[in-house]
Amino acid sequence: MVRECKSVRSAYGKTLVELGRINSNIVVLDADLSCSTQTQMFAKEFPERFFDMGIAEQDMMTTAAGLACTGKIPFVSTFAMFATGRAWEQIRNTICYSNLNVKIAATHGGITVGEDGASHQALEDISLMRSIPNMTVIVPADEKETIEAVKYAACSYGPFYIRIARTNLPDVYDTSYKFNISKALIMKEGTDITLISNGETLVETLDCAKMLSEKGISAEVISVPVVKPIDKETIINSAKKTNRVVTIENHSIIGGLGSSVCEVLSENYPVKVTRLGINDEFGQSGKAKELMEYYGITSEKLTEKIIGLIK
Amino acid sequence: MINQLSGSETEELKTVSKKIRKEVLMMIHNAQSGHPGGSLSAVDILTVLFTKCMKHYPECDKNIDYKNRDRFVLSKGHASAALYAIMAHCGYFKEEELLTFRKLGSKLQGHPCSNALKGIEISTGSLGQGLSIACGMALGLRLDNINSKVYVYIGDGETQEGSIWEAVMNAAHNKLNNIIAFVDRNKLQIDGSTETVKSIGDLCAKFKAFGWNTLETDGHNYNQIYNAIEKAKKSDKPTVIIADTVKGKGVSFMENNPSWHGKAPNDEQLKQALEELK
Repeated sequence: MVRECKSVRSAYGKTLVELGRINSNIVVLDADLSCSTQTQMFAKEFPERFFDMGIAEQDMMTTAAGLACTGKIPFVSTFAMFATGRAWEQIRNTICYSNLNVKIAATHGGITVGEDGASHQALEDISLMRSIPNMTVIVPADEKETIEAVKYAACSYGPFYIRIARTNLPDVYDTSYKFNISKALIMKEGTDITLISNGETLVETLDCAKMLSEKGISAEVISVPVVKPIDKETIINSAKKTNRVVTIENHSIIGGLGSSVCEVLSENYPVKVTRLGINDEFGQSGKAKELMEYYGITSEKLTEKIIGLIK
Repeated sequence: MINQLSGSETEELKTVSKKIRKEVLMMIHNAQSGHPGGSLSAVDILTVLFTKCMKHYPECDKNIDYKNRDRFVLSKGHASAALYAIMAHCGYFKEEELLTFRKLGSKLQGHPCSNALKGIEISTGSLGQGLSIACGMALGLRLDNINSKVYVYIGDGETQEGSIWEAVMNAAHNKLNNIIAFVDRNKLQIDGSTETVKSIGDLCAKFKAFGWNTLETDGHNYNQIYNAIEKAKKSDKPTVIIADTVKGKGVSFMENNPSWHGKAPNDEQLKQALEELK
């Protein structure tokens, strides 16, 4: 099946411009990657409100903190690796400890960074961000969700981390979709097993559920774009229905969505949870799709694994 | 033009800074924890800045001109005792509260916390971040056409942090002449002399090479400090005031002794220190 895939990064860039037109307090910072993150669109229209900080992520993050102190709403973009890794302590000690209105929108998270290889593939960013108090963490799955999440962050006070997918993605939501910070979405109802995903793996998970249903397995699919604060209720209710949960993410299985779901269920309704994603290892070079297959997060690979789990 | 403090102003500064020093010692003694050395080296500059040079409003957002205030960032957050004492002196909060320093539930956290104490612009404590914060504030103020200054107080050992130099480039590149940075050049850090641990060398030449306006001053001479700040206000470049200071200044047994970086005086030592500051 050929589906139209849309550039989520372009959607991010366009949304920033739109926000910049409405609100003169929106400012954007990038660390020499504005062509990749698409903040260049904002730079073109609002050069006085765009700051290219050069290859200096620590300085960028704390400069954003200073801008927020003067009432600006900074969007900070670079690759997820450098935003959340290099500048983690700036985010923790300056932005989040002071609870500043800084929005970190990072691209190139996960294995789908592709050819650049392990040094650039952030497999730990969700884990790093969600462990910091005051931080909200969102992993949108398609163009529409990205746009809405970015707009929501711009209008809500406090630090946000939004992981913008590097790869082009098909629409997974219909036109009635509305982003809700406190709600996970039941994408498909089912009774045998619950599949929980977000970001680039959500479409794979939905396809997997179709393949499973052809094999007579009824999978419920839940989209959890907001990893923190997580919607416990939807997850618990689904677990009560199926008694078997699998999480699927383009991230290390340590500390991300899978861990978040385990935390919710082990404290509230313990059922067996299997975390699928990147195991405790580094990635490597290759095409995004090849890597997803190699690390087992395409719909086909997921289907194989889940059938194996159920048997 | 030389900006001169009057004789009575100098006398007053002497009295206030002595009071601040005593409070710093009592706070740290009371908490049995804190950083006397780097607090005492900062007292004179903070006293001149907060009482003579900086436009600030201890009543905070109750003042209609609050958004036009100058900003202050204590990048070397461990000198918090000195900052709290001068803030209390200026009326940000009652001086009685100083003795809650570092105690459970206090507004006066070990390192400054903006969500705990009104008047603290931003939380600091982890070194190397204050100058970038100042750059962000300076950019934000410029966007809003607010002609306020951003003062940032950096430790000399702190300049070993690479992020300081990222920020130094940032300020020069963006021509942030509304930044006035102090480097508290007390020449000591926890493990000993800055030059033995990791030599900082000629800071003035380094900042100059990065495109900054540089001034050097005796960090315990009120007139020199005042002069430098007033000169810096008129610069068309970001200014660093490299202040030659003495760690532990004012207490004989603490002066130039790195072991007093992060150690509280006992009862006997406090008594002697207060005696010296009479």
